[in-house]
Amino acid sequence: MTTLLESPSERGRFDAGVAPYAQMGYYDAAYEPKASDVLCAFRITPQDGVDPIEAAAAVAGESSTATWTVVWTDRLTAHERYQAKAYRVDPIPGAAGQHMAYIAYDIDLFEEGSIANLTSSIIGNVFGFKALKALRLEDMRIPTQYIKTFQGPAHGIVMEREYLNKFGRPLLGATVKPKLGLSARNYGRVVYEALRGGLDFTKDDENINSQPFMRWRDRFLFCMEAVKRAEAASGEIKGHYLNVTAADMEAMYERAEFAKELGSIVVMIDLTIGYTAMQSMAKWARRNGVLLHLHRAGHSTYTRQKTHGVSFRVIAKWCRLIGVDHVHAGTVVGKLEGDPRTTAGYYDTLRENVIPLNPGNGIYFEQEWASMPGVMPVASGGIHAGQMHQLLDLFGDDVVLQFGGGTIGHPDGIAEGATANRVALEAMVLARNEGRDYLGEGPEILKDAAKSCKPLARALDLWRDISFNYESTDTPDAVATPSY
Amino acid sequence: MRITQGTFSFLPDLSDEQIARQIQYALDNGWPISLEFTSDPHPRNAYWEMFGLPMFDIRDASAVMRELQRAREAHSDAYLKLNAYDARYGRQTTALSFIVARPAVEHPLRLERQEAHDRVQRYSIVRDER
Repeated sequence: MTTLLESPSERGRFDAGVAPYAQMGYYDAAYEPKASDVLCAFRITPQDGVDPIEAAAAVAGESSTATWTVVWTDRLTAHERYQAKAYRVDPIPGAAGQHMAYIAYDIDLFEEGSIANLTSSIIGNVFGFKALKALRLEDMRIPTQYIKTFQGPAHGIVMEREYLNKFGRPLLGATVKPKLGLSARNYGRVVYEALRGGLDFTKDDENINSQPFMRWRDRFLFCMEAVKRAEAASGEIKGHYLNVTAADMEAMYERAEFAKELGSIVVMIDLTIGYTAMQSMAKWARRNGVLLHLHRAGHSTYTRQKTHGVSFRVIAKWCRLIGVDHVHAGTVVGKLEGDPRTTAGYYDTLRENVIPLNPGNGIYFEQEWASMPGVMPVASGGIHAGQMHQLLDLFGDDVVLQFGGGTIGHPDGIAEGATANRVALEAMVLARNEGRDYLGEGPEILKDAAKSCKPLARALDLWRDISFNYESTDTPDAVATPSY
Repeated sequence: MRITQGTFSFLPDLSDEQIARQIQYALDNGWPISLEFTSDPHPRNAYWEMFGLPMFDIRDASAVMRELQRAREAHSDAYLKLNAYDARYGRQTTALSFIVARPAVEHPLRLERQEAHDRVQRYSIVRDER
């Protein structure tokens, strides 16, 4: 703490002892970031009495070259290049004690194509720094020079659509429920019914790996029987996200290879396997022509709180670099955290090629992806057919809408639940394309579609009053947020 | 059976007025229309036969409808689909694709299995001639 409170003095940069980080060059208001720099926006909440500029300099220092005391061995390096520089520190309106610190890192600080290395630097030590009450990485500008060292999505949105032969509408999925306890044979039944009823995908849940009640190999065999039966019944390509998450890479490769051998078009991993394992699986998926679905299991432990952690928009960027084809990115209207503008920022980050600065959506830097393909976002958790107009308005076409309970909970059966969702979706897309005010007339459009589709009528009736209206914790600072 | 490929297969067959509105939507987006037909709607059949080239320069929905009528007459017992293509940088793929005509009787598809090792099945989807 004394390090931070010590007033700037006339002492030299390399005098032994402790010196303020700002004075050591980690703050430089005159620095103009280079096009090749990695830029970060950190929300900093310094301890009482700590100067925000010094705190920002400390974050820059501790996430790059500095340690707590001056080391003479700095003089053996071109240290000005390797030092990160806080170049701007702004108070955050309406948030007393919080500042946004913008920090530039030279590209040489990072190993090419390694999320593990990038994150070990930028979120490695600094989040536990005592002089800060809290620290949050809000956004990161990845320079194109660095982007080009990553594989990116194994297939990407365009390739996935061509592969599936499905265009002009969101894709539909469902997670098999109950998440735990079904035997492999019963589990495959749910897959078959949901896919033949009209869904494009079904999904293992994040915690379905290989438990005593259902071992992975048995699940894979029954699920692929279900997928292929549904393909023959519909003439459409179908997929079930076979979760290959396991305790070690050898087991994951074994499971993925088996999924491929059975003809599965997609496998799934959980965020909990770690960045390096994700990159390995992305390479595997590219090499083998199998789509890669990522469940963001665990992310809310560090993404949800506004003052501390890492924003999901940063995780989304890392996932695109890592190279997954799908990632869960929020529903807004469903059961899980998701402010509408913030969520729109995640979707842009995953799908667009150039994302302009947009503080209203929590985008603090323009991001250029240099033609790296987009990741298909997945909206999953507490959504149902009666919200179709809102979902289409929020997310457009390039999204997988996943109705787990909203399919399997249908009173007439799983296939009927799936049909209700598919009919609702197609009716809404048709109405949108015809130029109708589908958001305003949504309930009416659904009611009309339900006239020739009994399962939809049942679904609309059953879930009419279900909504999850709670205040979001993670919202942008720039504007007041409307809520659905 | 009813093959449910395409954007609108779960809805009742679209009327010509409804088809024309979808064409207008595509043209308003700058997406040229093309027509394709086949008697083999296998899910992996990516290359239905082209009914002429994509109509890059036709900006009028009624002209596209006339072409669609010609295609229906020429291939009255085939599957016919209408595609809209988005050539913009970053997309360069189909933007919308839906079936606009079907044969009077749709042949079912059937799953063929071949026994392999350790309970593994090798699947193929084939036209059911039974």
